[in-house]
Amino acid sequence: MKRLARAVLALVTLRMLRRGGHKHAPPAEPPPEAEDPRAELTSDPARELAAAVLALGGAAGALAFVAAYLLSGDTQLLGLAAGAACVLLGVGMIVLSAGLAGQDRAVEERPLPQPEVPAAGELVTAPADAITRKKLLAGAAGIAGASIGAALIVPAASLGPAPALGRSPWADGRQLVDENGEPVMADAIETGSFLTAYPRGADRDILGSPVVVVRIDPAMLNPPPDRRDWSVQGILAFSKICTHAGCAVAMLRYPLYRPTEPGPALVCPCHYSTFDVTRAGEVLFGPAGRSLPQLPLRRRSDGGLEAAGPMSDAVGPAQGRVDW
Amino acid sequence: MRRASLAATALLVALALAPAPAVADDASAGHALFVERCSTCHGSDGRGVDGRGPSLIGAGAMAAHFYLSTGRMPLQSPDIEPVRSTPSFTDAQIRELVAYIASLGGPPIPQVNPGAGSYTEGRDLFSLNCAGCHQISGAGGVVTGGTVPSLDESTPTQIAEAVRIGPYLMPRFGEDQIDQHELDSIANYVVATTRHPDDAGGLALGHLGPIPEGMVAWFVAMGALLVAARLTGKRAS
Amino acid sequence: MIDRLVDGIDERTGPMRLVRRGLRYVFPDHWSFLLGEIALYSFVVLVATGIYLTFFFEPSLDKVPYQGAYRPLHGVEVSHAYGSAVDLSFHVKAGLLMRQTHHWAALVFIAAILCHLLRILLTGAYRKPREINHIIGAAMLATGILEGFLGYSLPDDLLSGMGLAIAYSVALSVPVIGDRLGPLIWGGQYPGSGVIEPRMYIVHVLIIPLLLAGLIAVHLTMVALLKHTQFPGPGRTERNVIGTRMWPGYALRSLGLLAIVAGVLLLLGGLVQINPIWQYGPYDLAAGSNGVQPDWYMGWLIGALRLMPPVEPTILGITVPNPFFGGVLFPAIAFGILFTWPFLDRLISTDRRPHHLLDRPRDAPARSAAALGFATWVIVPFIAGASDRIFVTFDIGYELQVTLMRVAWVVMPAVVFLLTLQVCRRLRDRGERPLRGWDGTVVERTETGGFRTAGGGD
Repeated sequence: MKRLARAVLALVTLRMLRRGGHKHAPPAEPPPEAEDPRAELTSDPARELAAAVLALGGAAGALAFVAAYLLSGDTQLLGLAAGAACVLLGVGMIVLSAGLAGQDRAVEERPLPQPEVPAAGELVTAPADAITRKKLLAGAAGIAGASIGAALIVPAASLGPAPALGRSPWADGRQLVDENGEPVMADAIETGSFLTAYPRGADRDILGSPVVVVRIDPAMLNPPPDRRDWSVQGILAFSKICTHAGCAVAMLRYPLYRPTEPGPALVCPCHYSTFDVTRAGEVLFGPAGRSLPQLPLRRRSDGGLEAAGPMSDAVGPAQGRVDW
Repeated sequence: MRRASLAATALLVALALAPAPAVADDASAGHALFVERCSTCHGSDGRGVDGRGPSLIGAGAMAAHFYLSTGRMPLQSPDIEPVRSTPSFTDAQIRELVAYIASLGGPPIPQVNPGAGSYTEGRDLFSLNCAGCHQISGAGGVVTGGTVPSLDESTPTQIAEAVRIGPYLMPRFGEDQIDQHELDSIANYVVATTRHPDDAGGLALGHLGPIPEGMVAWFVAMGALLVAARLTGKRAS
Repeated sequence: MIDRLVDGIDERTGPMRLVRRGLRYVFPDHWSFLLGEIALYSFVVLVATGIYLTFFFEPSLDKVPYQGAYRPLHGVEVSHAYGSAVDLSFHVKAGLLMRQTHHWAALVFIAAILCHLLRILLTGAYRKPREINHIIGAAMLATGILEGFLGYSLPDDLLSGMGLAIAYSVALSVPVIGDRLGPLIWGGQYPGSGVIEPRMYIVHVLIIPLLLAGLIAVHLTMVALLKHTQFPGPGRTERNVIGTRMWPGYALRSLGLLAIVAGVLLLLGGLVQINPIWQYGPYDLAAGSNGVQPDWYMGWLIGALRLMPPVEPTILGITVPNPFFGGVLFPAIAFGILFTWPFLDRLISTDRRPHHLLDRPRDAPARSAAALGFATWVIVPFIAGASDRIFVTFDIGYELQVTLMRVAWVVMPAVVFLLTLQVCRRLRDRGERPLRGWDGTVVERTETGGFRTAGGGD
């Protein structure tokens, strides 16, 4: 039955294909084509020649690549030679293929979608409790699969230790040193300046360590009451790690002439979160959701600077956690 | 007779060798120019005009030279950002204005010698202190409230001046923080990076990184490949 | 000679029927069907150049003073990863060519996938029976983006290091589990114990390439089984495929395209500098550079992160850090829409029949409008991600741009949707290049999806 249907379809198709074409349309009739895929497809001698030349060009490029590699090693020469070789070869192949006549006329049938014919007897509805039993089995299997899957993932927790996030080594009395380990001296910092400092003796390469020390004209400062003594002669320190997404807050914006310029601020170059250094690192602009943590400072007797307490807040980006 | 000609020659030589009173001349010429072109914002005595321009007392030759030689001053309006442009004054006029401002007191034009500095040290310092605004290759960028200039036209002297002055929104760095050798190194790094970068990989695309790289990937590579696909998809008639 | 080769294979391969069917396989001809191949051949170049790179790269964050081939960095404390990548660029002959070709191939790989995806969406190729293939394709896009990010983060340079810190914050920002997720992946609070490097490495060189290869294999097998779709045209029905046979025409063209893709990537790899890590210097968590960007295919995420207003709510005791909205929620919604697109289409159009004939974009105005509107919604953050450069180049203030882009993010997709709807309808009604039937008469689609002679009966 199916074979008959296919034969009819083939005949109908052939007949429709043989109908003459409208003068505007491309030829509607694909010519009959040979069964053997290796049958000679005619090709244009000019194109064959062009393809051969291009292929030889590709070969020359390949040789040039080898020569450049042995004699020079210059990246530009190597890339030019290898790239040109590939492009020439590729163009040659396409030119050759485009010259093969008789393409674009092959016709293949798609497999017909099999209609769903229910097996004899299946159409009879199953008894009611059979359905619930099946459902019970299916449900149990589903729950078992999900639970086992979840259980298998749990050992992934071994990939990391328990979190100790947001902490920093800064504490009362920790001295500030620069990237070379030299003490930061209060009087060496000019107004309008900034530098990067670390806690003496602590690991520098953790989020809690680096601070940015800035010196602001005290007339511009406007700290909240509980932070009035956190600065030394206009020198303040803040965590250098942005509370948005963890980049180093590497920019200080300090106006030379305040009346026509924006006020002092620490700005992060990643997403431009802007923190007000005159007011406890509050967010002035940008996506950061938290102020920049501030480190209270104290001047040492030797003129250096030390922390007068821990950081005001957890350093670094916020964590998605549950506080129940 | 000989004594007279000897004296005359001596006088001529003395006159030739004696320093011309150029500085005093420059300063007064500068003052005249200053009153004509700068006093609207900086006051005819250089003490500034509230809300328009700062006092230049103590700014020194350093600031005057920086702002004038980079064309940042004169500024069209007090509220716009000073940016590098073609200087409005000739070299002679700049010299005169600098002399005048210097006479009001302040630091001289700083000395800097990139050759005496170290590229590696300069890279370290620049990376930690400057790259956040100026971009690691000195291509400039953005800060909230202003642009940050590219350093590709900055002379070593202008670099040193900017470091010490902290123009517009830039922080400033004194001798106690960045000493002479470190300044030389920073100048070394900036000049090398902006003028003779190590572009071993080919066309540098302005050293701006992934944005122009992405544009090349789309407009050059995908452009070429879409054309290739278009041509490949054609078949012989 | 080729005859002899084919005969030779013929005589030696057991399931000859499969090979012969393969050689006779018919590919419909349209240039837009080659876009997936561009992606595929970029992948081939990625694997080939990638294998070369693995011979030289050391995936370790242990620090040493650099003493390698690039003198200006002598004495600088760098990780093995960074040092080996710099030495690969300066000491190994053709090393820089391979590194750059590999990187260019990654950029083009994703670009080609997107071009291909756009074609799929605009022609309705994802419809039954190809929904599975669509999902596999979307999975390859997501995987490819992750793979690229891992790849350029391996050398531990200043630029990619900053991006990795942001990735940590995004991991940290997932509500409830974020505080565990970040340290889990990094082996402790950032920067962790250094395990992130070998972990990224093994995922980048083994796990994801295997995954991608598998997905590609299934993707292509499904195309072969279902046979490729085709545009309507003379002789083309839902029941057949008209085109060029695999051998020799299509195979030659395909191999030619492979060579051209490889050639273009090698030319770029040698002539146009990309990711000059020796100029960026090694990563230091206290250092930052202005104008740092991820590779282009992550641009939508940096833009989303920059556009989000500074909200960091605590809902019912659960903290939701700000990077969650731009870094997790936004891409999750975008990929969610992409993955379920075929099913959304079925839901909205109520068309559940199988389709093997494609729609020209103008013939399905609502679908084309939805696709381009969705694309616009993803593209606006791309532009926002480049706002600092736009500020410098066009003197449009950064803060102003943020405000404008926030508005544009909502308004532009709607505008594009409506515009596309209009354009498609106009084009369709104007009848330029109308659909034609078997014999060339102009036809139109019926409401039930069939064809009838335009302006007349059946």
